[in-house]
Amino acid sequence: MVAPAQNCDAVDRLLAALPEGDAAGRAQFAELGFPTPRDEDWRFTPVKPITELNFTAPAADTNATLDGCVFAGITGPQLVFVNGHYAADLSQIGELPAGVEVRNLTAGDCPAPPTAEDAFAALNAAAATDGPYICVANDVNFETPVRVYYLSTGRAGATANVRGYIRAGANSKLTVLESWAGTQAGYFNNALTELHAADNAQVEHVKFQDEHTGAFHVGALHTTMGRDARVAHHSLALGGRIARNNLRAHLNGTGIEAVLNGLYLPRAGQLIDHHMVVNHAQPHCDSHEYFNGILDADARAVFHGRIHVHKGADKTDAKQTNKNLLLSDSATIDTKPQLEIYADDVKCTHGATIGQMNAEQIFYLRARGLDEEAARRMIMHAFAGEIVERIQHEAAREELDRLVWDRLEQMKGVGAA
Amino acid sequence: MLEIKNLQAGVEGKMILNGIDLSINAGEVHAIMGPNGSGKSTLAQLLAGREGYEISAGSVSYKGQDLLDLGPEERVREGFFLAFQYPVEIPGVNTTYFLRAAVNALREHRGEPELNAVDFLKLMREKIQLLELDESLLKRSVNEGFSGGEKKRAEILQMALLDPTFAVLDETDSGLDIDALKVVAGGVNHLKRADNAQLVITHYQRLLDYIVPDYVHVLVDGRIVKSGPKELALELEERGYDWIIEEQAA
Repeated sequence: MVAPAQNCDAVDRLLAALPEGDAAGRAQFAELGFPTPRDEDWRFTPVKPITELNFTAPAADTNATLDGCVFAGITGPQLVFVNGHYAADLSQIGELPAGVEVRNLTAGDCPAPPTAEDAFAALNAAAATDGPYICVANDVNFETPVRVYYLSTGRAGATANVRGYIRAGANSKLTVLESWAGTQAGYFNNALTELHAADNAQVEHVKFQDEHTGAFHVGALHTTMGRDARVAHHSLALGGRIARNNLRAHLNGTGIEAVLNGLYLPRAGQLIDHHMVVNHAQPHCDSHEYFNGILDADARAVFHGRIHVHKGADKTDAKQTNKNLLLSDSATIDTKPQLEIYADDVKCTHGATIGQMNAEQIFYLRARGLDEEAARRMIMHAFAGEIVERIQHEAAREELDRLVWDRLEQMKGVGAA
Repeated sequence: MLEIKNLQAGVEGKMILNGIDLSINAGEVHAIMGPNGSGKSTLAQLLAGREGYEISAGSVSYKGQDLLDLGPEERVREGFFLAFQYPVEIPGVNTTYFLRAAVNALREHRGEPELNAVDFLKLMREKIQLLELDESLLKRSVNEGFSGGEKKRAEILQMALLDPTFAVLDETDSGLDIDALKVVAGGVNHLKRADNAQLVITHYQRLLDYIVPDYVHVLVDGRIVKSGPKELALELEERGYDWIIEEQAA
């Protein structure tokens, strides 16, 4: 296959900018090329602004700080990556109990990822510089959350590829809190994190992405789950200029409970995209996807949720909801729920709503004495709160609740009729 | 206290209320009964200030003010309250938070200081016992996942907290078993005073065994076609509405 003509130049420039790495990955990236709107999975998310970047490979930045970052009040190990490089001076590992490993990746830590499904995954395989390595052994109940910070201080075109590896052993418990932040417009982060939850493991993974409004972000989370695993992923996407989240969940055992929970709050000029595929391969598994979005001004958001129930995955219970609140007439949401079911005895539901504020709810609140603006505000916060309250880690939930609250208060369309 | 004169209203060109006259004084309990589609709920919603009704004639005066001129929240602040037939679920809004905001909006209007979380909780604990509601409901989202009975009791809890001068109960009894009905009616009766009034809208006479009205009105085709003492309700239970409709036609 020949890369689409308009992207050849971008591919060449990007490969030239990045350090030499895995040759096969580079070849695959070159072959796949950047996706175009003709590619169904990228129809609503044009990556042209990324292809136009003047790519550079940013160096580590010793002046970077964690000032103003989330989860500062939470104690425990923290890994910090600046422009894709491990920042040992900002990271704190501390004493860890036996069976818990928290560090940056070293060669050979993670097996080669499965065949890259798109150019960004191929690029990541070819050019990943570093990333977190978090492992909890079988039967270890690690209550302390592990925090991972990704900071970007590079200028426009600064491109970082990070690769994360998280593994929770059988009967273990693990919480990971991820934060993405950056200081200047135009940098590009391309991340791929693998999350493996072994049999009966319990994992909570929070991704808080609040990057520069001119930043580009493509982040993949590939999750595999063993029998009776309980995994919750929360994506709080406050975005960048274009932020794409590729979520892939593989329910490979029986009795799994998977929750993919997300909130996106794009403002003027931003696009936030969640693209997920949930694979039910075995019977008696539950998967729930809840995604709410509040869009201000001319913001755009994309939600694509595919639930694939494979043959034999009977008694699957899969629920998917995507609710969108548009605060302005010029905001755009493209939502595309999809069910593919090859098993006979399953319960699958999906629903998407797009709308203004619910008039019934506003009337009900006014009929209790709240004025219209207070009512609208309360409903909007509730719409976001519904997602935030699913976060189990209390301190993280409370902090994110406040941050989301503040962000919503800044939205211009709040009080508008 | 409330004076409805020749109220005519409809939705999208279709008339629903065809000239309602009703006068309610402090200390009174009135009941409105009527078959489905007679306009009972429209009247309740219109009094509460729901938008979307075209009022073509008539007036509603409440404590000397033009009620129809006030927004829904202003009516509440003047002591008006509607217990909804179908309380609205608001996922994500914590019940305690919502109730405190409602109570404080009212207090602010009255020039009273805001209740802090502790004082509010004290007030709420006192009211919640009256309705035999489980305190855990207060931690949940407004009406979300509540059973039918819990929703109706929560409406009366709100009524107790807002302590209205004039309350409309729109089919508060619908869908309740007898035990829940007794609790709800007990709550309403407890809130009854000489200086307030209640308008109870119901489909079933059964409610009126527990909330005893001073007057019963029969609403048919958007008009009050018959009014009488509480015994009228028993007669309706026994004979249905047809005889009244026929009586009207004659």
